[in-house]
Amino acid sequence: METDRIAARFEVPDTRYLDPTGRLVRPLPAGSQGKATLLALYSAMVRARSFDAKAGSLQRTGRLGTYASSLGQEAVAVGTASAMRQDDIFIPSFREHGAQLWRGATPVELLLYWGGDERGNVFANTPFDFPNCVPVGSQVPHAAGVALAIQLRKEPRAVVCCLGDGATSKGDVYEAMNFAGVWKLPVIFVICNNQWAISVPLHRQTATQTLAQKSIAAGIPGEQVDGNDVIAVRAVVGAALEQARTGQGAHVIEAMTYRLGDHTTSDDASRYRDDADVTQHWQAEPIKRLHQYLTDAGLWSRSDEDALLHQINAEIDAAAEAYLAVPRPDPSTIFDFTYAELPADLLAQKHAALDGASSLPEREAAE
Amino acid sequence: MTETTMVQAINMALARAMAEDDRVLVLGEDVGIDGGVFRATDGLIKRFGADRVRDTPLSEAGIGGIAVGLAVAGFKPVAEIQFTGFIYPVIDQIINHATRFRTRTRGHATCPMIVRAPCGGGIHAPEHHSESPEAMFAHIPGLRVIIPSSPRRAYGLLLAAIRGDDPVVFMEPARLYRSTREQMTDDGEALPVDRCFVLHEGRDVTLVAWGAMVPEALKTASAWEAKGVSAEVIDVATLKPLDSETIVNSVRKTGRCIVVHEAPLTGGFGGEIVARVVEGAFTSLLAPIERVTGFDTVMPLPRLEEFYLPNVSRIGSAVDRAMAYS
Repeated sequence: METDRIAARFEVPDTRYLDPTGRLVRPLPAGSQGKATLLALYSAMVRARSFDAKAGSLQRTGRLGTYASSLGQEAVAVGTASAMRQDDIFIPSFREHGAQLWRGATPVELLLYWGGDERGNVFANTPFDFPNCVPVGSQVPHAAGVALAIQLRKEPRAVVCCLGDGATSKGDVYEAMNFAGVWKLPVIFVICNNQWAISVPLHRQTATQTLAQKSIAAGIPGEQVDGNDVIAVRAVVGAALEQARTGQGAHVIEAMTYRLGDHTTSDDASRYRDDADVTQHWQAEPIKRLHQYLTDAGLWSRSDEDALLHQINAEIDAAAEAYLAVPRPDPSTIFDFTYAELPADLLAQKHAALDGASSLPEREAAE
Repeated sequence: MTETTMVQAINMALARAMAEDDRVLVLGEDVGIDGGVFRATDGLIKRFGADRVRDTPLSEAGIGGIAVGLAVAGFKPVAEIQFTGFIYPVIDQIINHATRFRTRTRGHATCPMIVRAPCGGGIHAPEHHSESPEAMFAHIPGLRVIIPSSPRRAYGLLLAAIRGDDPVVFMEPARLYRSTREQMTDDGEALPVDRCFVLHEGRDVTLVAWGAMVPEALKTASAWEAKGVSAEVIDVATLKPLDSETIVNSVRKTGRCIVVHEAPLTGGFGGEIVARVVEGAFTSLLAPIERVTGFDTVMPLPRLEEFYLPNVSRIGSAVDRAMAYS
């Protein structure tokens, strides 16, 4: 059938600085030219991986709950967080430990959460960041709401929300993007495309060429970035944040990466994917890539590496000990924060639970 | 004092809350220039501007999630969902997020948001416009579930809800929006959102109701007074958290209890009231507790809705059956 015209055309750009072998494919961007920055990015990824390893071993020995490792996705978390300012607000899904750690959440706080303690949802250094969000995608509209709050108060801040590839199939995510488009909200949606939603691979999740293009339907720019290239993630998220903070609205950034580990410690990915596929993706993983670049550039040596690993492992080991030493919370706390003030009805339940008293009104219990 | 309908009272409460607290903002579908499909937000956009009275895209789940984000970030959003039949996409945000922020951060983050929605039948509305899902909300920890039954109570309860720091679902019986008027002033006086209201004192039987069933219970009480039966009428008003003390004390006095609600019987909030009465007034009971409710059917379309809705005749029959025990 003939058409009169093309009503609209769109493009989805893709950005990479470091290829999988650690070679620069274009000059380093302005924000990543200093040695200190590159080493900070590298250290943060190594720290995230060390944290994951420790959390995994705590889980296997019965000292942590079910845990979602970020193995292989460190560059998305670290690159994203490194592009943010401290007073920007981070709204994670549940696999962005590297970002939380970069922003100042402590390993003890993160372990407390994964160890089953609500106090791990409170980050002393980043009090406005949101806790993890387990129901997939439902945090994404929160990001639009917080961004609206920022816009209404005319603050030069922005919100960064991380979500997974699976989340992009959910209506909430589109609704949030649509709000962000209509109201030009200062929010960046970072899709951490690790190719797997538990057992469902990307091609069974969506028929679109890219997830970034889902932004187009919401009228906001979308682009891809090599999610295993921390320099690229930092640059692309940083540029989007700059626009968001200056009133130019939202962005969707799809960071292409790969979940090298199981979905969680309760999952066994060998049931649904080939080891060969995983082995192949180890070739493109983010830490090795930057390590190669730093080594080739003469910025990093074996002894630097040893010193870094020693320092990070000591920190994480100490954090694990500190986490294990935190006493169980007082059971009364499950009641005390349900409402702003404890209602009489709930107070009666609290007394019954804690004192072994009957929850029946007094006269009836006595007779 | 002016003659005020419930929808006017709600409008008045919204305006007062917005005037007294900059953090309060109203959002929803058609709440701006149109003033809401029932006109509950009429004129607010003129007075407070489009930033604080926001027309949203048609996006209930999004409205719920945006409200959560706004509330956690320091605002007090009052979201309108056009009808309770369309509120279900918001339930995820209410259950999984709004009601949990305070407890999952041990008080560091809070989520004081209001979701308002017209509810119930009796206005000859299209499909999905006459629902009574209050029991679903009353099952959610951390939520306040409020259903006013008169203009004055709508005003006082909504003000209290907005001034408070908890997430609230505020269900407004659409058939009461314009059916009655009360003399009232915009005096800023809130009503407690943790108490039932004893609207009519009696000795023989306690009628417990909420929302649009309260006027039916009151009519029954006055009709049966002529027959020599003295009925006490309680407006539950705040279903969650429940003030069971007021209800239990009443039944200890009367020995008989009828619970009236428009929602279906099974799993309805009436079951909870019955349980509380049995736990608290077992030795005072003179008759089985009866529930007069909608049926376990889909809410019928307007030609049969009168058949579905509890009315004076059905409530009165239950009173007669209870009075047969002595």
